[in-house]
Amino acid sequence: MNVTTELDAQFRAAAVAEGLVDVRYDVVASPVGELHVAATGRGLCRISYRDDNWQEELARGFGVRVLRSPLDDVRRELDEYFEGRRRSFDLPLDLRVAEFPAAVLHELARVPYGQTDTYGKLAARAGRPRAARAVGTIMNRNPIPIVLPCHRIVGASGALTGYAGGLEVKRRLLELEGAMFKA
Amino acid sequence: MGTMATPQVPPFERFYLMHRDEVLGYLRRLLGARAEDAWQETFLRALRAYGRLEHGRHLRAWVFTIATNVALDELRVTKRTVPQVDLEPAVELQRDAFRELEHLTGALPPTERAAVVLRYGYDLPYAQIADALGSSEEAARAAASSGVRRLRRTHERDH
Repeated sequence: MNVTTELDAQFRAAAVAEGLVDVRYDVVASPVGELHVAATGRGLCRISYRDDNWQEELARGFGVRVLRSPLDDVRRELDEYFEGRRRSFDLPLDLRVAEFPAAVLHELARVPYGQTDTYGKLAARAGRPRAARAVGTIMNRNPIPIVLPCHRIVGASGALTGYAGGLEVKRRLLELEGAMFKA
Repeated sequence: MGTMATPQVPPFERFYLMHRDEVLGYLRRLLGARAEDAWQETFLRALRAYGRLEHGRHLRAWVFTIATNVALDELRVTKRTVPQVDLEPAVELQRDAFRELEHLTGALPPTERAAVVLRYGYDLPYAQIADALGSSEEAARAAASSGVRRLRRTHERDH
């Protein structure tokens, strides 16, 4: 006795409408692969290139009532970004990080579309000029890549260094934005 | 203290995907065409309580309990008591025999219907059927037993 797609969608919508869900997630297709996106009632809280242990991770971070459900606003803004029609995101965010990472991610959000910056400069703007390495770690753990554009942060030499989605993805995002960088 | 680690409550999505189909099947057997609304109500109730669960043990029995409550509410069963004293010897069915009689369960009184379907359709132990019915284990056994006898009588009458 299988639940029909329609009945399933009806339940998921009712669950969200009643405010019973701690965190919703969805999968968005993109030119850099499937993006796993998640949001709480407060806003977008995760974008991930991988989905291993995804539900468990969401449960740990936001509560056990994890439910897949369409995140249309997130999908639309990401689609527009990848089509080159959107240069910044209007989505509310639910960031749950400590003080310094929050300061760094706040500064990161201000790095303009199509430009790059370095770990060191970002550290300085967040108030700790010698914390370039810590900033590297914070970029590496960025809970909402793309929307918080850690792909725009490069090494002091201009080299791409690391990226959670892989260097190839970082290169493609910068190319899409028309940024200048060392290949 | 057991040596087995207490299972954690899984993310709701996992629990939902694991049980949504069989719960719908169960409710179809109890409610027929009215099953879909009851199914949605079952999982909404489960979701309302889910954040307060302390461990992930017996989640299948737990969701069947909720489904049974929803179904019995739907059938407007106000008096939930099932026979406490059953003078007749307990009867059990073989799986094949249940398949043959299954189509007749719709005519059983609701609590007997739930007990029989949970026992023979879903292999729930009587302790868990008792939880689902909100009764003692003896009463759950008596309800299933009485249901089986009723099914057999109906079956014999029709043949």
